[in-house]
Amino acid sequence: MTGPAREREGHRPSRTHPAKGRKAFGNRDGGRLLVLAPALGWLVLFVAAPAAILVAIAFADSDPGVPPFRLALSVAGFAVLAEDTYYLDALLTALRVAATTAALCLLLAYPMAMGIARAAPGRRVVLLALLMLPFWTGFLLRVGAWIGLLRDEGWINSLLQSAGLADAPIPLLYTEGAMLVGMVHAYLPFAVLPLFAAFLRLDPSLGEAAADLGARPATVFLTVTLPVTAPAAAAGFLLVFIPAAGEFVIPELMGPPEAQMVGRVLWQEFFQNRDWPVAAALAVALLALLLVPIRLFQRLEARP
Amino acid sequence: MHGPLRSAGPPMLLRAEALTRRFGAMLALDALDLEIAEGEFFALLGGSGSGKSTLLRIIAGFEAPDSGRLLLDGHDIAATPPWARPVNMMFQSYALFPHMSVADNVAYGLRRAGVARGDIAARTASALAMVGLDGFERRRPHQLSGGQKQRVALARSLVMRPRLLLLDEPLGALDAGLRERTGFELRALQRETGAAFVMVTHDQEEALALADRVALLDGGRIAQVGAPRAIYERPASRFVARFLGAANVLEGQAAEGRFDSAEAAATFAGAIPAGTVAVALRPERIRITADGAGPNTAQGVVEDVAFRGDDSLVLVRLSGGATLRVAHAEEDGAPPERGASVCLAWDADAVVALAS
Amino acid sequence: MRQGRLVRAAMLAGFAFLWLPILLLVAYAFSADRIPFQWGGFSLRWFHALAADERLVEAALLSLRIAAGAASLAVLLGGAAGWALARFGPFRGRAVFGALIGAPLVLPEVVTGLSLLLLFVALDILTGWPAGRGATTVLLAHATLGAAFVAVVVQARLAETDRSLEEAAMDLGATPFLAFRTVTLPLVAPALAAGWLLAFTLSLDDVVIASFVSGPAGTTLPMALFSMLRLGLTPEVNALGAVVVIGVGAMLAVAAILLRPRRG
Repeated sequence: MTGPAREREGHRPSRTHPAKGRKAFGNRDGGRLLVLAPALGWLVLFVAAPAAILVAIAFADSDPGVPPFRLALSVAGFAVLAEDTYYLDALLTALRVAATTAALCLLLAYPMAMGIARAAPGRRVVLLALLMLPFWTGFLLRVGAWIGLLRDEGWINSLLQSAGLADAPIPLLYTEGAMLVGMVHAYLPFAVLPLFAAFLRLDPSLGEAAADLGARPATVFLTVTLPVTAPAAAAGFLLVFIPAAGEFVIPELMGPPEAQMVGRVLWQEFFQNRDWPVAAALAVALLALLLVPIRLFQRLEARP
Repeated sequence: MHGPLRSAGPPMLLRAEALTRRFGAMLALDALDLEIAEGEFFALLGGSGSGKSTLLRIIAGFEAPDSGRLLLDGHDIAATPPWARPVNMMFQSYALFPHMSVADNVAYGLRRAGVARGDIAARTASALAMVGLDGFERRRPHQLSGGQKQRVALARSLVMRPRLLLLDEPLGALDAGLRERTGFELRALQRETGAAFVMVTHDQEEALALADRVALLDGGRIAQVGAPRAIYERPASRFVARFLGAANVLEGQAAEGRFDSAEAAATFAGAIPAGTVAVALRPERIRITADGAGPNTAQGVVEDVAFRGDDSLVLVRLSGGATLRVAHAEEDGAPPERGASVCLAWDADAVVALAS
Repeated sequence: MRQGRLVRAAMLAGFAFLWLPILLLVAYAFSADRIPFQWGGFSLRWFHALAADERLVEAALLSLRIAAGAASLAVLLGGAAGWALARFGPFRGRAVFGALIGAPLVLPEVVTGLSLLLLFVALDILTGWPAGRGATTVLLAHATLGAAFVAVVVQARLAETDRSLEEAAMDLGATPFLAFRTVTLPLVAPALAAGWLLAFTLSLDDVVIASFVSGPAGTTLPMALFSMLRLGLTPEVNALGAVVVIGVGAMLAVAAILLRPRRG
């Protein structure tokens, strides 16, 4: 602690008289400890310790016993990842699918965010509720709905057949396309929200100034709107990309069997193969790959 | 009385004919007519909701009038989109592009117009030099002070060499200390470029100080247009007299050659036409005297005295009930004390008759 | 404007994409047909089937209990953490504290779930607690996840309220505790409520972390639904969807009416 004078000033370093601060806030250190200690204890136990154990087990040896590992300082788990291209493919597939999902989300999110931000305030509230409501209705139920639409005997196929556009069911479900549709549907609101905030902050006179200086609407969008909202778009992209890279449920329920994303492989290693060190090593590898996007996202969030 | 609608000298640049614009139930512009000459500094003065900003945005092309015509050099431009008009605007928020350097901001319009690369650099440099910002080319807008941002915005508009430059509250975001200096600089730039400047402001001092002509707007119509001194000294209506501030406005009845005001308990003599409903009397034209009687005098009690430097503002409650603002110059000696009974007198030519 | 119409059309297409599957899911819940998303006449039979499905009903009740407990715990923890981050200034270890509270926000669910499971296994071996896994371990995991979200919401709320309000209270004679109770708490109450609701929803919606840290006795609703969907779709899922969507919609409508700003 650097003295009570600093707490008065928040994050800024302070040059006020420490004595004055101490007089007013002298009995607060005890209270602060009372607030901090339980929260810190919880975080150490349920966030820091699990991470440490995860890393420890990633470096452990597999063992057929219970629990199925022996603590050691072995890189066997990581060696398995490096040797078998199956795991590398799973990581790369996850990154590719996550990037595609995030890009598709941004494509849909731009006009949605723009439209919501430009709506009259009363209508804007309704549109925002419509955007967030699916999030409250349960993610698995939405996946269920897509399964019902995309299955061979599903809604879309029966519609196509009764319209005479298809003779036999077109395989839609268990394809990469179906998986992407499910992922975009699940994550779309996360891409819209930061962009919406950016469009709300965007000074409308910027676009008018560009038009006034001779820019047509398409040029205004490319030279002003897009660059000014780019940081928010990047934040939205990462907000989708980071969780999508570890996604397990949607690939499992909607994706093709051969689409082995890292989340699915990790799950199988852990629950089916009971190879805890390899699963932990996969988790550590995934984290290492996501470290740069995560730091980038935090930097974008910390911007004024 | 009303300032000349058509100024005599330079040719007409912009003419608005019966411009009307409605927002829902509100009539922002009510069949407004206006003419602006080439190379003049014109101020649109008015309170919020007077229609001044709507008029500016219609001239720039961001709003379309519901009816009426807008002629630039005799051509109707009401349907021309903003990017195709030889009119440029300096925004109240300055609207500098935050992701571009100062130089790129200034060069933006030149690039859109397809100006050759070498010319862009030269014109950008000279525009920045003109506003005293050479050396700032690489800065970003967030690295500039308010005054510097304002200059960049000016340079960005002026580099397009517009026939008509629109300025939306150009001094509104500046500190009081910077306003006077920037005002003089604006006038110098306007003379230098020869462009017509049309400024929107709610500040009557700013309008009177900067503009060659001022149009005072009220409810989407022009209340009065003319040279600053003309409308200041000869307001056409109670609204104009009150908006320009300072003047005392007294209600009463006109009779042959005189005006009786019950609230002032005084009779005003002078050039009072029939149909006069009120008179305006400027504080600095009123003298505090030892005694006096007859027309153009009044009796009252000093309610308060405020020292203002070169004069004191004395509030005098008249026996009729009205309170007059009286400017008492320092060289006339000490102002009366609070509570003192005083006599007030003014010359006949200080009385301005108001017909509405 | 032509451009405005284009934006509006694209926006409406986005909303249609979001809502069409949900609306169809709900609509076909009222179909008698045993094949989901086939219209076989109006019927409430799948709602009856849903209510009679003991496994699902039990899982739903367990999920609601876990979600309520986890959200309440998350509000306590996240509220304290958010307050510390917003008001305690640059105390030593602030960066680490902030990183720890925010970690669950950015970690993939599989990583959070796996590491928490490894923790519970290790704890069980070392201390004999939590003695197997089930509802308790899910609750603890969800509380940790929820606390991260509550902390963000509370910190943001405090950051936008003037700290001199608390100082004014103390200047007027309130002790720090009284200032907290009479000024700070009412200020952050909406954030705490929003945070509780967020944590509650996250817990009700989570399948990955729960699957990792739960045991045989702790099957939550999403876990049950997940195994159902793996086997294929049944009209019971439609019925459940209808119950949730109509329930959430009704709750939001009530909240909107209650929270509507009063005029005059």
